[in-house]
Amino acid sequence: MPGRRFRLDLVTIFLWLLGGGLVLLAVVGSFLTLTQGRISPASWQNLIIAGVALGSVYALIALGYTLVYGILFMINFAHGEVFMWGAFTAFFAATALDDAGVMDSSPLVAFALVLATAMLVSMLVAILLERIAYRPLRGAPRLVPLITAIGASLFLQYTARGFYGSGVRAYPSYGLFDGNLQIGPIRMSVEELVVIGSAVGLMIALYFFINRTRTGRAMRAVSEDKDVAAMMGINVDRIIVTTFAIGGLLAGAAGILYTLLFNQVNFFMGFLPGIKAFTAAVLGGIGNIVGAVLGGLLLGVLEQVGPNLFLSGYGIPSPNQLQDVIAFSVLVLVLIFRPSGFLGRKEGV
Amino acid sequence: MTDMLLRRALFSGLIGGMAGLHVSLVGMVGTFQSRDLIADVVTVGTIMPMLIAILVGWQAGGPLRSAGLVPGPRDALALGAIAGAAVGLILAALAFLIVTFDINGILANARPALAEILQFGQGPLVGSVILILGLGLFGALGATLHLVPAALARAVTIGGVVTIIVALMEPFLGAVLRNVNLDLIEEFLYASGGLTPVGFVLVFALTAGGVYAWARRGGEVRERVAALPPERRRIGKLIWFAALGALLLLLPQIVGQRLSEVLGTVGLYVLLGLGLNIVVGFAGLLDLGYVAFYAVGAYTTAVLTSPASPAFSPELPFWGALPFVIVAAAFIGLLVGAPVLRLRGDYLAIVTLGFGEIAREIFKSAWAQPVTGGAQGILSIPAPLPFENDPQSIYYPILFFCILAAVAATSLASSRVGRAWNAMREDESVAEATGVNTTNYKLLAFGLGAAFGCVSGALFASKIGVIFADSFNILVSINALALIILGGMGNIAGVVVGALVLVGLPEFLREFAEYRLLIYGAVLVAMMLLRPEGLLPNRTRRAELHEQDDIDDQYEEEAGGGTARPVVT
Amino acid sequence: MTDQGPTPPEAQADTDALLRADKVTMRFGGLVANRDVDFEISRGSIVSLIGPNGAGKTTFFNQLTGMMKPTSGDIVFDGESIVGRSPHEIVELGIGRTFQNIRLFGAMTVIANVMVGRHTRMKASWWASLLKLPAVREEEAATRKRAQELLKLVGLPRRYSEDWAKNLPYGDQRRLELARALASEPKLLLLDEPTAGMNPGETAQMTALIKRLRDELDLTVLLIEHDMKVVMGISERITVLDYGEKLAEGRPEEIRANPAVIEAYLGKQATTSS
Repeated sequence: MPGRRFRLDLVTIFLWLLGGGLVLLAVVGSFLTLTQGRISPASWQNLIIAGVALGSVYALIALGYTLVYGILFMINFAHGEVFMWGAFTAFFAATALDDAGVMDSSPLVAFALVLATAMLVSMLVAILLERIAYRPLRGAPRLVPLITAIGASLFLQYTARGFYGSGVRAYPSYGLFDGNLQIGPIRMSVEELVVIGSAVGLMIALYFFINRTRTGRAMRAVSEDKDVAAMMGINVDRIIVTTFAIGGLLAGAAGILYTLLFNQVNFFMGFLPGIKAFTAAVLGGIGNIVGAVLGGLLLGVLEQVGPNLFLSGYGIPSPNQLQDVIAFSVLVLVLIFRPSGFLGRKEGV
Repeated sequence: MTDMLLRRALFSGLIGGMAGLHVSLVGMVGTFQSRDLIADVVTVGTIMPMLIAILVGWQAGGPLRSAGLVPGPRDALALGAIAGAAVGLILAALAFLIVTFDINGILANARPALAEILQFGQGPLVGSVILILGLGLFGALGATLHLVPAALARAVTIGGVVTIIVALMEPFLGAVLRNVNLDLIEEFLYASGGLTPVGFVLVFALTAGGVYAWARRGGEVRERVAALPPERRRIGKLIWFAALGALLLLLPQIVGQRLSEVLGTVGLYVLLGLGLNIVVGFAGLLDLGYVAFYAVGAYTTAVLTSPASPAFSPELPFWGALPFVIVAAAFIGLLVGAPVLRLRGDYLAIVTLGFGEIAREIFKSAWAQPVTGGAQGILSIPAPLPFENDPQSIYYPILFFCILAAVAATSLASSRVGRAWNAMREDESVAEATGVNTTNYKLLAFGLGAAFGCVSGALFASKIGVIFADSFNILVSINALALIILGGMGNIAGVVVGALVLVGLPEFLREFAEYRLLIYGAVLVAMMLLRPEGLLPNRTRRAELHEQDDIDDQYEEEAGGGTARPVVT
Repeated sequence: MTDQGPTPPEAQADTDALLRADKVTMRFGGLVANRDVDFEISRGSIVSLIGPNGAGKTTFFNQLTGMMKPTSGDIVFDGESIVGRSPHEIVELGIGRTFQNIRLFGAMTVIANVMVGRHTRMKASWWASLLKLPAVREEEAATRKRAQELLKLVGLPRRYSEDWAKNLPYGDQRRLELARALASEPKLLLLDEPTAGMNPGETAQMTALIKRLRDELDLTVLLIEHDMKVVMGISERITVLDYGEKLAEGRPEEIRANPAVIEAYLGKQATTSS
């Protein structure tokens, strides 16, 4: 058989060198860090647990991205702001409950109410976004909805700033969520437990919703083939709104869980988590629900463990400064080398 | 008056009311209260609900195409009034809420001062009535635009917009007039931060009259110009360019120091816009991390030219460092371009965004401090000799590079390269199948875009004299993107207009500075929904984005109305 | 010392065959779109590729133009193997094509579309274009002229030149696509259903045009067609694909009478009922 030409493409070589270089850097760094033994196993465990907790938050936000992408093949760039609005608005509910003493007397009730507020507000914002900014542009060339999303993101951020002020607000704490627990060999804070537990609960609820309800089935149909689904009598517009709504609910919950971990809200808090959650969604394969969850967890752990693991071995001062660089680098690497993610993405237009 | 029209009026009023609430609660009404639009008559703050009322009135009083309904004159006025009054009602409700309950803890701007503004200082009962009736009136006013001939309505609208802009530009135009010793005119037109009532009427009459006259007679003028022999036209064009050139050169002297500084910043963004235009507008690659190039150019210049630069010792002059800036640009352009070659629109955007953030974090990090100065940045960057650091001087090198860039971009656009980019942007695989090496052309776009961005960064570093990593954030990228979208992608004039509006205006309108990004966001969304091709669109752009319109135009043409033939400039 | 003796049959075949495909196979996961297709087209001929819908004809075209890479097999064009080359390189080597559902650059003018077609035959580098050197200006003018000539050749009126490509009537869009493909001075022209959607008058015009182009421009033409009148009228040879495999090959009369071909198109009944 006559030989097929093997094309060595300059760009491909360059990319592989770059990617390989970065991976090598990370591996060598890890090796150095571990052999230098600067960080104790207990500390590693703390970092990992923290990573899982943070990752759960990312996972919930990532689900919003992935669900919308699965149906509309667009990235809802403003999803980070959906997250922020829930968390910020619920802050006022939390403060009110704190003033009324409910936070201390029945923290679980308080938590539930705050959670509900955030989820509701986020859902509302998501629905408004879809209706006003995205629906009119459904057939437009790619660039247009993306730019709209960016504009919407700015608008939402600065509206929050205008309404609520530019200051950072500290969330009041819930009565019994202080302190640490010991579960077997694992030591974690109560807050981390609540975060992980709530996230898992929501994901299970989502699973059941998508796989066991009629609406869930309709959502799956629409994400397979919009036109055929419409022909089967499914109201595609309504399903799209539902998808945004669910993404909003999850993002709102993520907002509250985030405040459990970090205690503060401000108008800009949606930007970074938004991008990182998007990274997580892509990591797992955009459009793939399980992928979003796994991607989120992986990214959270990477973010907490990574700086210390990869960089402190080199003696780099304050490696945690570069934790966002690691997250972004992961994003860039994944999008370049495996844009379909680890579990494979939806085949898009 | 049918149900549908009424419902639409109420709906418009509701939307307008929401907009009014938004504008009030976000603080714009309150903040702008301190600025007069028309001296002692109305402030910028109070005009906002009025404008909203006019807009919804216009919407409510117009034809309802989907149902083929056109309201008669009396109905139109009534509908407009209803819509306007609805807006008034909602705002009155807000004022009532503020006064009755204490919602200030949640909504930072829901203060009694706001209520007072909304109620015209007349207290809850009288004030609310005035508000509702007043806005109803303005709504009816908006509806009247449908009742007069179209040319007149257009003239009035443009006249209104221009007059408001002239009023808002008081700091700028006032300073200019004073600088060129036209103090008398300045006093006549402006007072206490806005237009005098007489000035307002005058400007409005002139503008609206001018537009109307042009609508009536403009066709004739244009025909006569077109009928001129090419020699004459050539000379005319030359005179026009010469006049423009002279104006540009004399501008810093005319506008004074503070405004020259603003013009300098505008120029930097024009450069950025032109560069981003190549990447996004020509090649169709949505780059959200454009600031990375800006940063590289600035840091390269700073490191090489500043005596305070930690890593590099003998200082080069600005022009000596420039070749290195270009080399750095080529390098980083390829570095950013290569990985994203195979990526689709959304992914490309996010990856480039990531690059921008990575660049900033690295420049800022303690690890890079020995070279970049870390979080402290680099100081004492010299100006490009023979120019100095002062705004009126540094304007010239910036102008020079802008012109260079504009010429380069125009040459490319009408060449084989520009055509290849157009084809690539429209249908990449077919472009490739027609013989365009899309890989190389994408890299070229990134490289050139990087060059423009880096030069702009170099100028920025020289202009300001100090750089800090945090100034190279995503907002710069978004600024650049917003201005080319607003102005119209693929078009030099569009970039300039976009820069003037989005970068220049906020400088002149200092109260707006706080709301700049909010307005950006709203503008981006509005532009995409209403006019994605920009204010001064490029023909191709308009053709790309309005497929259905062209089909409609074609039918219209066949039926004997309008023309749809493009004219290539 | 000169070459004596008979030339080996392989080399002899090569001098006539402009394009040769050897056992070209295209797999998409489990789906086999083309299986072991052997194909040859000799210089200056007009050959048709026919077959029922889904037979793998356009996929085959895509592999010939580099838009897809065959899973296995080789394609040799004018003596060089082109598998794995990028589409723009293949255009440079001399293959041009049109598309089944017209893919013009709708938001570019008619003449710009043709000028893009000439991209590979122009030499202006990016920096020369940037500086608008006189050589570049001359080349632009010459390209424009050539583009006008091509438009005339395919029968598009001059007054259309500055119109948006997407505003052209359907038949003219097909002509424009043809002009664009011809602009790259191809040796081999691939036409994917050039008469689709045309009425008999337009079809006849297009058929005549194709023949004329082949004669005047020294082309070799390979077309995918469904209209049997066109196929029988214009082809010197016909290759039939069915389910991704080559079913039959030969002169039009042979193909017309071939029972396997008839069966593929019309089903078993057709062969047994007559």
